Amino acid sequence: MIPSVLAQLDIQDPAEGDASCVAENGFCPGWIADNFDRYLGPLGEHVYLTVVSVVIGFAIALALALIAHRRRWLTGPIITGTGILYAIPSVAAFFLLQPITGLGNQTAIVALVSYTLLIIFRNITDGLRNVPAEIVDAARGQGLTDRQILRRVELPLAVPEILAGLRIAFSTTVGLATLAVFAGGGGLGSEILTDRFFRSNVVVAGGLAVLLAAAFDLVLLLVQRSVTTWQRAAPA
Amino acid sequence: MTPSAIAQTEGSSAQTEAVELEFRDVTKQYPGASEPVIEHLSFHVPAGEICVLVGPSGCGKTTAMRMVNRMIDITEGDILLGGESVNAKSPAELRRNVGYAIQQIGLFPHLTIADNISTVPKLLGWDKARMRSRVDELLELVSLDPDETRDRYPAQLSGGMRQRVGVARALAADPPLMLMDEPFGAIDPINRERLQNEFLRLQREIRKTVVFVTHDIDEAIKMGDRVAVLKKGGILAQYAPPAELLMAPADQFVEDFVGADRALKRLALQRVRDIDLWTAATVKVGDPVAEVRAKLEDADVKIPLLVDDAQRPIGWLSEGALRAERVRKDLRSPAEPLVELDDILRDALSDLLATETRYAPVVNSRGHVTGVLSLEVISHVLHDHTLATTAPTSADFLEAS
Ligand SMILES: Nc1ncnc2c1ncn2[C@@H]1O[C@H](COP(=O)(O)OP(=O)(O)O)[C@@H](O)[C@H]1O
Ligand SMILES: [Mg+2]
Repeated sequence: MIPSVLAQLDIQDPAEGDASCVAENGFCPGWIADNFDRYLGPLGEHVYLTVVSVVIGFAIALALALIAHRRRWLTGPIITGTGILYAIPSVAAFFLLQPITGLGNQTAIVALVSYTLLIIFRNITDGLRNVPAEIVDAARGQGLTDRQILRRVELPLAVPEILAGLRIAFSTTVGLATLAVFAGGGGLGSEILTDRFFRSNVVVAGGLAVLLAAAFDLVLLLVQRSVTTWQRAAPA
Repeated sequence: MTPSAIAQTEGSSAQTEAVELEFRDVTKQYPGASEPVIEHLSFHVPAGEICVLVGPSGCGKTTAMRMVNRMIDITEGDILLGGESVNAKSPAELRRNVGYAIQQIGLFPHLTIADNISTVPKLLGWDKARMRSRVDELLELVSLDPDETRDRYPAQLSGGMRQRVGVARALAADPPLMLMDEPFGAIDPINRERLQNEFLRLQREIRKTVVFVTHDIDEAIKMGDRVAVLKKGGILAQYAPPAELLMAPADQFVEDFVGADRALKRLALQRVRDIDLWTAATVKVGDPVAEVRAKLEDADVKIPLLVDDAQRPIGWLSEGALRAERVRKDLRSPAEPLVELDDILRDALSDLLATETRYAPVVNSRGHVTGVLSLEVISHVLHDHTLATTAPTSADFLEAS
C-alpha cells in the first residue's frame, strides 16, 4: 500500500484537478485537504470509544487485581476468565452482543472493555507481586496497615508495570475500535467501511487511527516518566 | 515500668525512656510442623541494654525477634514490654513504638531519604516542621550529612549509607525498643566494624532497649550487654553477659559455639584501664642514680623509663645511663608502642606483638605515664577467672526480674 501511494505522489501534478485523481482512485492530497473535516467527528468518536473502554477496563481490572491481591487463589481463575474473553474474535463479539445490548457504541464499549481486562489485570498483579518482599516487610514492621502498604508502597512501586499495561491496552483498543462499526458504533472504522474502495479515504482514516495510537502511547510515556523520576535518579 | 513510659514524648529531641523486655515461657510452633521452632523461651532484658540473640542458622533467632513486634504470632506464653503484653495493642500500634531494622534494609525506593525516615512520624501525624528537623537530627546522629542526603533516593546511596538510613528510620519516632535483625550482615567487614562502633557510640547517647540478632559470635560479644545463645529449636543454651559466656560457657554447645579462641576473645571485652598494670620506675635526666636504683627495687619493671618534665615517656634507659652520678640520656629503645588507658586489650596486645617488645608504657588522656603493660600482664588476664565471678550472672538476673 505505502509504496504505491508514494509512487502516485511522484506523478501527481498539483495543477491537475482533484476530480481525475479521485476518478483514478489515487492518493489525492487536494481531496484530503478539502474533505479532512469529515474525519474529525469520527476521530472524536474513536477517541471516546477508546478512552471510555480503557478507563472502564482499568477500573474493573484494578478492582479484580486488588481482590486477587488479598486472595491469591483467585488470580488463576481471573486470568482464565479474562483470557477467554480475550480469545473471542472481536467481530464475533460485536455481533453476539447485539441481541443483548443493541446496536451502538455501548455494544462496542462492552466488547472493547472485555479485551482490555486480561492485559491490565496481569500487569497490575505482576506489578504488585514484583514489589520486593523485604520492602513490604519493612513497611509492615514499621506499623503500616495492609491498606497503607498497598496505597503508599505497593501501588506506587507497581506504577511502571501498570502504565506499561495501559500502553498496550490503548494501542490494542485503538485498533479494535475500528471494528466497532460492526456493532453499530461510530469511529474511524465506519469511515473506512463506507468508502472502503476509495484509497485516499482508507489511507486517511487508517492513518489517523495509527497516529491516535501513537499519540496515546506518547502521552502515557510522558506520564510514566513524570511519575517515576525515582527510577532514573542519577547514582551518587 | 508503667505503660506511660512507652508513650511518645513531646518535641523531637526529648527522649522516650527505654522499656524492659521480658520473654515469658514463649513457644512458637508453625501449623503443621512437628517440632516447635522456639520452646519455652524465657529471659529478661533490662531497660536500656542491648540483648543479642546469637546461634547457628535456623535456630530461631529471627522468629524470636519477630514475635516481639507481632510480625509472627506467639503460640504460647507472652512477651512483655514495660510490663505490658505485646498483645494489649493492635499490631500496627505496637509496631509504631518499636524500631525495626533488617539486613535487607527495605528502604522504599520511590521515596526520598527524608520521606523514608519520616515513615512512622507521618503515621503518628507529626507536623511537617517537626518531621523535617527530626530527619536532620537523625541523619547527623547516624553520621550522614543532612544537606547531601535528605533529598536523595535510596538507589543513590552506598550500602553502608543505606544501612545508616535504615537505622535512622527505625529511630525516627524515638521508640523505647529497637529490633535489629543482622543489620550489618550484608556490609563488608571494614564498614561493618565502623557501623558497629557507630551504633555502640549512638547507643551510649540514646540508651534504647535493643534486641540484636546475629549469627556471628564476635559481633555478639562486641555488641551485647547480654547475649542469649540459642540452639536448634529455639532452646536457650545460655543467657549471660559476654564475659561470663567466654569464661564460663554453660555447656559443650556454648563452648563450641564460642570457639576455641574464647580466651583471646575476652581481650576484646576489656580496656587497659580495667586491669592491674605493672609499675615503672620513671626517671628524668639529671636524677641522682642512687635514687633511681632505689626506685627500681620497688618497680615491677626493672628497666628505668625516661620521662620528660610533663611525665611523658621518652624511652627505656640503657645500663650506661646509670654509670655516672646522675642519669644521662642513653636510651636502649624508644617508648614504643605507646598504649592508652582507653585502648581495648586486644588492640594493645597486637601493638605489643607488632613491635616485638615485652613492655609498653601506658599513658592517660594527658599523656602521663601511669604504668606498664607487658605480655605477662595480658597472660595473667587470660588465666584470671575473677571476672566471671564479679560479673552479674544470669541467675542473679532472673531473680532480679
Ligand atoms: N513460615 C514458616 N513456616 C514453617 N517454618 C518456618 C517458617 N519460618 C521459619 N521457619 C523455620 O523456623 C526455623 C527458625 O527460623 P529462623 O527464626 O528464621 O532462624 P534464624 O533466624 O535463627 O536463622 C527454621 O528451621 C525455619 O525453617
Ligand atoms: Mg535469621
